Amino acid sequence: MDPIELLRYAAPVAIAALGETVVQRAGLIHISLEGTMLTGAFFAMWVVALTGSVGLGLGAALLIGAAMAIVFGWFTIWRAADQVVVGTALNLLAIGLTGTLFRSQFGQSGKLLSVGKLPTFWGGLDLVLVLLLVGVPVIGFLLAKSSWGLALRSAGEYPKATEAAGYSVLRLRTGAMLVGGMLGGLAGAYLTVGITGSFADNCTAGRGFVAIAMVTFGRWRPWGVLLAALFIGAADSLQFRFQASGVQVPYPLIMAMPYVLTLLVLVVVGKGKRFAGGAPAALGQAFRRGE
Amino acid sequence: MKLWNVAGMAVGLVLVLVLTLAVFGLPVGPSLALIGEGAFGDKFAIARTLVKATPLVLTGLGMVVAWKGGMYNIGGEGQYIIGAMFAATVVKGVLPNPHPLFGPLILVAAVVGGAGYGLLAGWLYVARGVEVVISTILLNFVAVQLLRYAVTGPLQEAKRQVPESDLVPKALALAKFDRQMDLHIGTFIALAMVVVVWLFLFYTRAGYRIRLVGDNRNVARANFIPAGRVQLLSMAVSGGLCGLAGGIDYLGPAGQLGFNFPQDWGFLGIPIALLAGLNPAGVVPAALYFGALFAGSDNLARYTTAGPTMIFVIQAVAVLGFVGLSTLRLRRKTAAAGAD
Repeated sequence: MDPIELLRYAAPVAIAALGETVVQRAGLIHISLEGTMLTGAFFAMWVVALTGSVGLGLGAALLIGAAMAIVFGWFTIWRAADQVVVGTALNLLAIGLTGTLFRSQFGQSGKLLSVGKLPTFWGGLDLVLVLLLVGVPVIGFLLAKSSWGLALRSAGEYPKATEAAGYSVLRLRTGAMLVGGMLGGLAGAYLTVGITGSFADNCTAGRGFVAIAMVTFGRWRPWGVLLAALFIGAADSLQFRFQASGVQVPYPLIMAMPYVLTLLVLVVVGKGKRFAGGAPAALGQAFRRGE
Repeated sequence: MKLWNVAGMAVGLVLVLVLTLAVFGLPVGPSLALIGEGAFGDKFAIARTLVKATPLVLTGLGMVVAWKGGMYNIGGEGQYIIGAMFAATVVKGVLPNPHPLFGPLILVAAVVGGAGYGLLAGWLYVARGVEVVISTILLNFVAVQLLRYAVTGPLQEAKRQVPESDLVPKALALAKFDRQMDLHIGTFIALAMVVVVWLFLFYTRAGYRIRLVGDNRNVARANFIPAGRVQLLSMAVSGGLCGLAGGIDYLGPAGQLGFNFPQDWGFLGIPIALLAGLNPAGVVPAALYFGALFAGSDNLARYTTAGPTMIFVIQAVAVLGFVGLSTLRLRRKTAAAGAD
């Protein structure tokens, strides 16, 4: 398969997973990443349909992604609420909101709708893919070498020490959520205005959760996460090859493959000694100041 | 839960409904009237509400058991589907001789299927450290595809023309009280399960252990309670309840399997359980409220563009409001404790 084509199919998961890497390094799990992607996907398509400008659509996805992240962050960071509860509620909100708006804006039945797609150059590359390829080393460098990255990582490992060193864990985590939310929104947008050119109910189809799993697979390092996303993207694209080659495998079983593969990957890396370590020590734990 | 809390919750839920209608630009009064008429207008409407609330009660109970045990089961939907598929397999097996006595056996198969699927996610967590939130969601997508495979392959109807299973023979379908009404015996099975789950959680050793492990894994370990096995049990019970919901919907309102069999009832058990405060008794009013909304929104959808997806918004906002209020209360309590 053409490598750029592979990158395109892997990009939604890769972009979301890149943002999720920053979020998890700060000690949070963005359970509503799926919902953030879905709202990004819808609002990008909606704005492109209204204005005809793909750039504005991507901008809208960044904004709505940030907004979803702020809501998640307000509850889980500033109110120390349970991340799974809030994340699940936001996922539900995203399905309901996009479904209802889609029906009210584009007809009762949700008829197929096609919008202009992102222009490509250099044989298939586009702005978002370039952003992804630049973003991986930049975020990798910032996380590893900058003082912001150091503070952020400490908030995910041992937040008490971060606080003692004079940083605000809550602000660091909020910042990480903003990055994760914007990239999540962009990832969803790329699905609708980059790849398919249309929206359907629940069209992110679990990619947000696959992205969260890929962060584990990629051992919380941007390059590793990108490779993990490419791996799943390759598996995803296999379904087209299977169909083309005429191998007699029932279609639904091929459709289930990316999810099964993601599970298998998690089973392998799960508690295996060889892969042990790498997970932020305070991952998923709420931080309350002065406890 | 104190009485005024329950009253506050009821007022809050209605408020959220009104707000959501207003935000989506629907006329509040007429919309409420349409919803009310669709949910409680006559005995048929009430029956519809009860039938929609039935799977919500069961999946809500399922979520209560898992979440009480600290297992964030998001996989109710998959367990619901697998349960129904197990039931359909037994129905296919006994099809030549559909005796009503097979009914309980079919429901047991549904429970076993759901429990097994829940157990799979539990095992992935206990043995391999795979987060339940992630694994159960992925297993939901796998279950949807397995269902599609089944109704285009092994469980497809005899003529092999459409992607559906055979209709459940009359002798095996859940008993109804009135041929014109949807109400079936499954609703009462669900209500019985409320009592069973309540007794299980609060009056059995296994239930106590599930609650203890969910509250504090370390305390449980220190008392030589095998946390892993307890969590496996909570996932099995949780999946079994969701599987039962799938079996009941298959033998009752759906009558067959097809691509549109999954209606998100498994997923919607989560907000039900959360709004019930993870209390089995609270599941009934929460499920009834949303069952009524689903029954009523069908009516609303006939006249407006708002469909059942709007109810997702109401549920999400209600859960977020509930979480927000309880964290505020917690903060006030800790502040008060600090002042002492």
